Amino acid sequence: MIALDSLLVDNLLWVPLIIVLVKVLVVFVVGLLATMLMVWFERKAIAGMQNRIGPNKTGPFGILQTLADGIKLFFKEDLFPSRADRFVFALAPFLSFVPAFLAFAIIPLGGDFRNGSSGEVTLFGQVTRVQLADPPIGVLFALAISSIAVYGIMLAGWSSGSKYPLLGSVRASAQMVSYEAALGLSLACVLLLAGTLSTSGIVSAQSTITDWHFISTGIVPFIVFLIAATAELNRPPFDLVEAEQELVGGFNTEYSSIRFALFYLAEFMNTVTMSALIVTLFFGGPQPIAIGNFVFDIPLLPNALEGTFWLLAKILVFLYMYIWFRATLPRLRYDQLMDLGWKLLIPASLGWFMLLATQRLARQNGWNIVLVTGASIAVLVVCYLLMQAAFAKSARDRSTQGTMF
Amino acid sequence: MEFFVFVCAALMILLGAVGVIVRKHPVHAALSLVLTLFGVAVLFVAQDAHFLAAVQVIVYAGAIVVLFLFVIMLLGVDRVENLRTEPLSAQRPLAIITCLGLLAVLVAAIVNGNGVLNERGEGINLPDLQNGSDANTVQLAESIFSRYVVAFEVTSVLLVIAVVGTVLLTRKAKSSAK
Repeated sequence: MIALDSLLVDNLLWVPLIIVLVKVLVVFVVGLLATMLMVWFERKAIAGMQNRIGPNKTGPFGILQTLADGIKLFFKEDLFPSRADRFVFALAPFLSFVPAFLAFAIIPLGGDFRNGSSGEVTLFGQVTRVQLADPPIGVLFALAISSIAVYGIMLAGWSSGSKYPLLGSVRASAQMVSYEAALGLSLACVLLLAGTLSTSGIVSAQSTITDWHFISTGIVPFIVFLIAATAELNRPPFDLVEAEQELVGGFNTEYSSIRFALFYLAEFMNTVTMSALIVTLFFGGPQPIAIGNFVFDIPLLPNALEGTFWLLAKILVFLYMYIWFRATLPRLRYDQLMDLGWKLLIPASLGWFMLLATQRLARQNGWNIVLVTGASIAVLVVCYLLMQAAFAKSARDRSTQGTMF
Repeated sequence: MEFFVFVCAALMILLGAVGVIVRKHPVHAALSLVLTLFGVAVLFVAQDAHFLAAVQVIVYAGAIVVLFLFVIMLLGVDRVENLRTEPLSAQRPLAIITCLGLLAVLVAAIVNGNGVLNERGEGINLPDLQNGSDANTVQLAESIFSRYVVAFEVTSVLLVIAVVGTVLLTRKAKSSAK
C-alpha cells in the first residue's frame, strides 16, 4: 500500500522490519551527531575567520562544547512566560524540531549509482536503499516538510505573548513563504531534466560531472536555489528573524531550557539537511566525481560505501560555505530581502524554467534550436523590459502618492 | 493495515473539524484546521495518490493556513470573540435548518448510491503503479495539460483576477479619501 521502501512492498517479515528500524535509528543518531559537530564546526570556523580561538576547553579542540551546552540547557529551569499560550508554547519547539529530522529521511546517504545502477544494496539477503525512505513524491516531501517548519517559528513567536518574538515570527513566516516560491521554481528545473521526483532517481540521472544538474540546468537554478535555501533556513545574511539589534533574540526570546535547545538543534539540523538536499539535487549526491569515462575511484572500498564518503565530502563543502556566508556577509534590510525574493529570484527562476522547458520541447520535436533560442531570448527580454517598466511606474507612484500600506 | 490507517486519519480529520468549530481562539481553530488537512493528506497517501498528498500539505497546510495565521496575527484579532453578540438575529436558526438540510441530502445520497459505491465507477482511471513511481504525477499532468487545459488556464486567470481586484480595491479606498 504505502511503498516508501522496496522492503515494505510485500508481507512484513522480521528481517526487513529490523533493517528499517536500524535505519531509522542510524538516521536519527547521525542527525544528532551531525548537528552537534556542525555547531562546533561553525563556532570554530567563525572563530578562525574572526581571529579568535573559539571553544577549546571541553574535549580535544573543544569538540564536546555542544554536548556541554546541551547538558547545561537540559538542567536549566523550564520557564513559561505568564502571558504565554501554554499549549501552543509547548508545541512549537517540536513543530520545528520534528520536520528538521523528517526531511533527512529522503536523502540518499550512499549506495552505488554508477553506470545507471539503481543504488540499491543487499543487506542480509534483503534489497534496500541506503536512505530511510524513497517516497514516489521524493523532493516534494522535502518542500512539504519545509512548509510545515514555518509553523514552529510562527507559533513560537505568537504564543510567547510578547512583542519582539511576535515581530520576529511575522518576519520569519513572510520570508519563508515568499522564498518557498523561488525554491520550488528552481527545483522544477532539476525535476524537468531528471524526469522524476524521487531523490534516488535524481541522483542516478547525474553520473558524470556534465550531467550534474548544477551544470546541466545552467547554474542559474542552482544559484537561485542556494539563495532561497539560505533564506528558508533563516541563516545569515537572511537572519532578520533573530536580528539581535532590533528584536532581542527574535522568535525564541522567551524560550529557555530544553525548549530553546530544540529550536537551536532544529536550526542546525536544517542547515545540514539543506546542504544534503543541495548536494542531492545539483551535485550528484553519493555519485563520485566523473569526467567523461574517467572516475575518481577510492580504491579498496566497495562502491556503495564510497558513495557515503563522496556525499559527506560534498556536504562539508556546503556547510563550510554557509559558515563563510555568516562570517562575511552583512544582514539584509527587510525591504531588500523582499525585493530580492520577489523582484529578482522569482522572475529569474520562472524565466529560466520556461527557457529550459522550451529547449526540451524543441529538442523533442526536432525544431531549429538556434531559432527557438533566439525567439525565447527575445520573449525573455520583452518580459524583463515590461517588468522594469512596472517597477519604474510603481516607484513613481510611490514617490507622488506615498505608500499605500 | 489500510483500515487502521483509515481510522487514524478519519479520527484526525474529525477531531480537527470539531476543533475548528469548538475552539474559541482563532489561532487554535486554525491549528485544528491544519490537523484536518493533514488527515486528508494521509488518506490521499493511503489511496496511492502521493502527489495529491504532497500538494495538499504544501498548498493548504504550508501556504493557506499560514496566511490565515498571518492575518490573525497582523490584524490582532487573536482575542477570544464574544459569541453572545448577534449581528444577524435570524442567523442561528437558519444555520441549523441549513445544516439539517445538508445532512439530509448527504444521507440520501449515500443511501441512494449504496449499490454504486461498492463497485468501481467507469470514469476513475487508477494510476498504474507498475509503471514506476512517477505514474501518478504523469497521469495527473497529462489530464491537466491536455484534456482539461482550458479549464486549468481559466482557473489560473480567475486567481490572477482575484489578486488584481484585491489590490485595486485596497488602493481605491485610499485615493478616494485623499
